[in-house]
Amino acid sequence: MPELRSETMTVNMGPQHPSTHGVLRLVLELDGENIVSAEPTIGFLHTGIEKTAEQKKWQQVIPLVERMDYLGAQSNSLAYCLSVEKLIGLEIPERVTWIRVLIAELQRLSSHLVWLGTHGMEIGAVSVMLYCFREREQLLNLNEMLAGFRMFPSYIRIGGLREDLPRGFHEAVQAFLDKFPAKLDEYHKLLTKNQVWIGRTKGVGRLSREDTMAMGLVGPMARAVGIPYDVRKAFPYLKYDTFEFTVPTATEGDVYARYEVKMEEMRQSVSLCRQALSRITPTGQFDCRDFRYVPPPKDRVYTEMEALIQHFLLYSQGFNVPKGEAYVPVEGARGEHGFYVVSDGANRPLRVKARAPSFIACQALPKMIIGGLIADVIAVIGSTDVVMGDVDR
Amino acid sequence: MADIEIPVLTTSVEKMVQWARRSAIWPVTFGLACCAIEMMAMSCGRYDIARFGAEVFRGSPRQSDLMIVAGRLSRKMAPVLRRIYDQMPEPKWVISMGACASCGGVFDNYAIVQGVDQVVPVDVFVPGCPPRPEALIYGIVQLQRKIDHQRMSA
Amino acid sequence: MDASSPLDLLRGAVPDAAIQPLPSVDMPTLSVDREHLLEVCAVLRDDPRLQYALLVDVTAVDRLPAEPRFEMVYHLACVGAAFLTAGATQPAPASRLRLKVGLPDADARVPSVSGIWPTAGWPEREVFDLFGIVFQDHPDLRRILMPDDWEGYPLRRDYPVQIRKDAASWSPLQLTPEEFARNVRAGHDKAVRRAHPAVPKPDGQ
Repeated sequence: MPELRSETMTVNMGPQHPSTHGVLRLVLELDGENIVSAEPTIGFLHTGIEKTAEQKKWQQVIPLVERMDYLGAQSNSLAYCLSVEKLIGLEIPERVTWIRVLIAELQRLSSHLVWLGTHGMEIGAVSVMLYCFREREQLLNLNEMLAGFRMFPSYIRIGGLREDLPRGFHEAVQAFLDKFPAKLDEYHKLLTKNQVWIGRTKGVGRLSREDTMAMGLVGPMARAVGIPYDVRKAFPYLKYDTFEFTVPTATEGDVYARYEVKMEEMRQSVSLCRQALSRITPTGQFDCRDFRYVPPPKDRVYTEMEALIQHFLLYSQGFNVPKGEAYVPVEGARGEHGFYVVSDGANRPLRVKARAPSFIACQALPKMIIGGLIADVIAVIGSTDVVMGDVDR
Repeated sequence: MADIEIPVLTTSVEKMVQWARRSAIWPVTFGLACCAIEMMAMSCGRYDIARFGAEVFRGSPRQSDLMIVAGRLSRKMAPVLRRIYDQMPEPKWVISMGACASCGGVFDNYAIVQGVDQVVPVDVFVPGCPPRPEALIYGIVQLQRKIDHQRMSA
Repeated sequence: MDASSPLDLLRGAVPDAAIQPLPSVDMPTLSVDREHLLEVCAVLRDDPRLQYALLVDVTAVDRLPAEPRFEMVYHLACVGAAFLTAGATQPAPASRLRLKVGLPDADARVPSVSGIWPTAGWPEREVFDLFGIVFQDHPDLRRILMPDDWEGYPLRRDYPVQIRKDAASWSPLQLTPEEFARNVRAGHDKAVRRAHPAVPKPDGQ
């Protein structure tokens, strides 16, 4: 009789795998169904955005950074613009701030909807994806109203916004906000008490408080283990301290807890959108009116020589940013998201570095999946909500 | 005409094969970057690619006819892409979706392959950054027309 | 609550270290010499009056042609009452801090802080990959974003933005079963790991 041997098996998962959220590769070592070791391999989407950004003018970097975390595009451009504005020392009018809050929260909703849809689909609830994308299309319609572009409107600019809100935007957002909470209840009905969903997510991919902080996980991941850290509360930007909202937390630290936290975040975002919308006046400033950094109004460009020259200079040479560095983080859909920008006084950045929450979350994947079952890997990856564009940049 | 009992339609084998191939193009689930999200949007309710018979996204390249290269292709990913393409059975087609896949787009740098046609033969290029789902549907319809004109004997 | 600044606390705790405040617009910034970086970081994390438990990011800036050429940048955050470090009884005020370490071109090495904040593991690998800065005592210093056999460090300022490669190099990988198995296992088995010339060998050469 042959000798009975037991050895581990190495399984390669990805980069082309339907459920790894893009081009993530995991090399798993299995003992039967249990995972003994895991190593994420990334870089399959490395785009060199940071290098390209060094060749572009300050304003031209915005479309590049929007394509990093492509689900939360406008939180990227917001973080970048806030950092550059900090470096310049620009004063941003209140109306612009409220519009930015509105856009940031709508973007969070849109990002969470993709997360919920894909996460649900991967665990087997395909209908959730169809529902979520239905609502996301309405958010994309709003983007389209803003800039004629579905995913990357590049609407937030250094010094303000690209242009004023379009006619009818207020009503369109209001209509969406009126309908959305009922849809959210619908998702809850589909999943929250669904035994299959609970069975596949509860107790899976658990992390401790200490590990979470040591691995640098912030955002929904940290809030799911009971660390109520939210950049909007701890280091308020965009005058978030004047808004009323709560930071939802859970204590379990498993996939289900992350689901609960994000679902509640969507509700808070709706409330924040309502508050921001009520503060936006129909007319008013949409940029800082400092014409060294933002183009003069079109009617002046067409009638005044100085304005025309200024417009021409801004679009041909760009503007110079004082020597120095700045890092202003925002609370993106995946956690603290920020851009460290360095200037040497020129019209191009010396360095643009993204603090990518997905990158950090990806690093922590082995901690969550080792010791678990291979079937749970998909649930864990889905719950971390990694966006490979953000991981590899 | 009452004496004809069996309904009959005459056609050529070539026409029938073309019709069959064109009406059920199964794409491989292969999303790279931002365009993949629009590709997903295309398969969802609002755009519903099922109307054109291409909604069955297959996880395995062995079961697919079409590879939609959705997003920027890095130099690290290029050999993987080629490998997946080689695994797909003939006949197979490639749609290059978006500016990055078609020509590198804004990312003209060290990391990105400047056009997937350097790696795999492309049938249809869809411009946009990312293209709207309508644009991708148009690309698929163009591919269907292309399949219609492919001669089996050649 | 003790109102003393991180600078005063650090100067008291690590008297040998050359710690200098730097001008900044957004958060306090300190420069540290690399010989004392680890001591300073340990104090920043563990002192109950500071509690910088969160290492936000690690990155580098290439200031060619200035010297020291490279600048390591560490962003730290204390998240306030949300998280207390081990041993602390009351929260420290939420604050941020930036640490900088200058590195000369000829000797671009710095001790790894991944022993203090495990989250530094990947960001340090990224800096190694893109800048070629070597992290001493890093548990797993390999390329992370670029392919293993990539030449050069893309984010250095003397590295070209665009490079062209001929299309012939994109032929599919043709591996023997042995090569494939080795490739898949490469992440686990340190013996066959493709050693990068800049990575110190295990035997110290």
